[in-house]
Amino acid sequence: MVDKQHLLTTEQVANFVADGYLRFDDFIPDELNKAAHEEMASGMSVRGGGGTVLDDVWHDDSAVGKVFRLPKVQGIIESLVGENPLYDHHAVHIVRPQSQHGQIWHADAIIDIRMHFDIQFFYFSHDTPREMGGTMILPGSHFRRVCETDVARYQNFLGQHPIVCNAGTLVVVHHGMWHCAQPNLTEDTRYMFKLRLNPTVRQLKLWNTDDIDTGGIRGILSRNHRWYGNDVRLEIVNRIKLWRFLIGDESYDVGYWLSRLENMPENMPHVA
Amino acid sequence: MAELRQQLLVLHLHTPDLNSHVVAWAMYDGTGQKRYTTGDSETPPYNSVVEAMQDGWRVIQFPQQFPAYPGMEYNTSYLRFEYVLEKLEEI
Repeated sequence: MVDKQHLLTTEQVANFVADGYLRFDDFIPDELNKAAHEEMASGMSVRGGGGTVLDDVWHDDSAVGKVFRLPKVQGIIESLVGENPLYDHHAVHIVRPQSQHGQIWHADAIIDIRMHFDIQFFYFSHDTPREMGGTMILPGSHFRRVCETDVARYQNFLGQHPIVCNAGTLVVVHHGMWHCAQPNLTEDTRYMFKLRLNPTVRQLKLWNTDDIDTGGIRGILSRNHRWYGNDVRLEIVNRIKLWRFLIGDESYDVGYWLSRLENMPENMPHVA
Repeated sequence: MAELRQQLLVLHLHTPDLNSHVVAWAMYDGTGQKRYTTGDSETPPYNSVVEAMQDGWRVIQFPQQFPAYPGMEYNTSYLRFEYVLEKLEEI
């Protein structure tokens, strides 16, 4: 188990529940970024397929493997999907120079109705300015039940977030996050390493819960995303349900949202 | 006689009210002059459907509204208030 100092805080996990992602800028040391970039450019392989224990898939000398073995990366993994997660798949996403058109919006895989969630890492081993992309994500889209490219008709949303970053930036997203690669208008090839992981344990208070009673959590879980429009209150209900699952408290509410709906006096025993 | 081609503008609104503000947008060009793509603008071309109508766009599709299916009252998926507008352009 990773040292507690590397685990996420309650506030960070609440942000993950509200936004569907966490971003860690300038997070990976530069020597590893350079080595990982070379590894991606020359072609990389892993041992085993989907369902392999994560730690078994990396070759000992793999730079990308070393990135995901860093204690602070292990801390993110353990906080969200626990110890010994399963490798689902990885992909080296390549956008060639002078690619003028963005990828269509999509969520990975198919409609997934589990409360348990997988995570996906987006690792940027080199500087990624806006003219190079990078990956566009739509904060707060992770609870939407859509199948892969069902959302391909959309182009722009208020609050869409292009990951423009320095080398060594790591983003972790909920499996439901809508995203798309952006055009690369530079003369250089763009790389992004994606890794999906599955939990093997009940996702219950896996992070550093020292701040679990902090007052700011309700505000985070009530956050709006401008593209929601009239659906924001439904999204807050979805967050409350996931937060209840994560903290193991089926009475949790951020105000009087689900509590109101769960008030069913018609089911109370008659009292004279 | 001039040949006409369709420009499509898809606006997604905050509420079904055509005056409510745009939260998402897309454009498709039938003249072949331009190909719009994901993430190509940060601000919508109009603030509402009514504002687009005032600029000559014709509304050709209203979103139908359906009650939630039992058991799916809190599910979210697509953007619900989607209006499709067109302009015809000579080529």
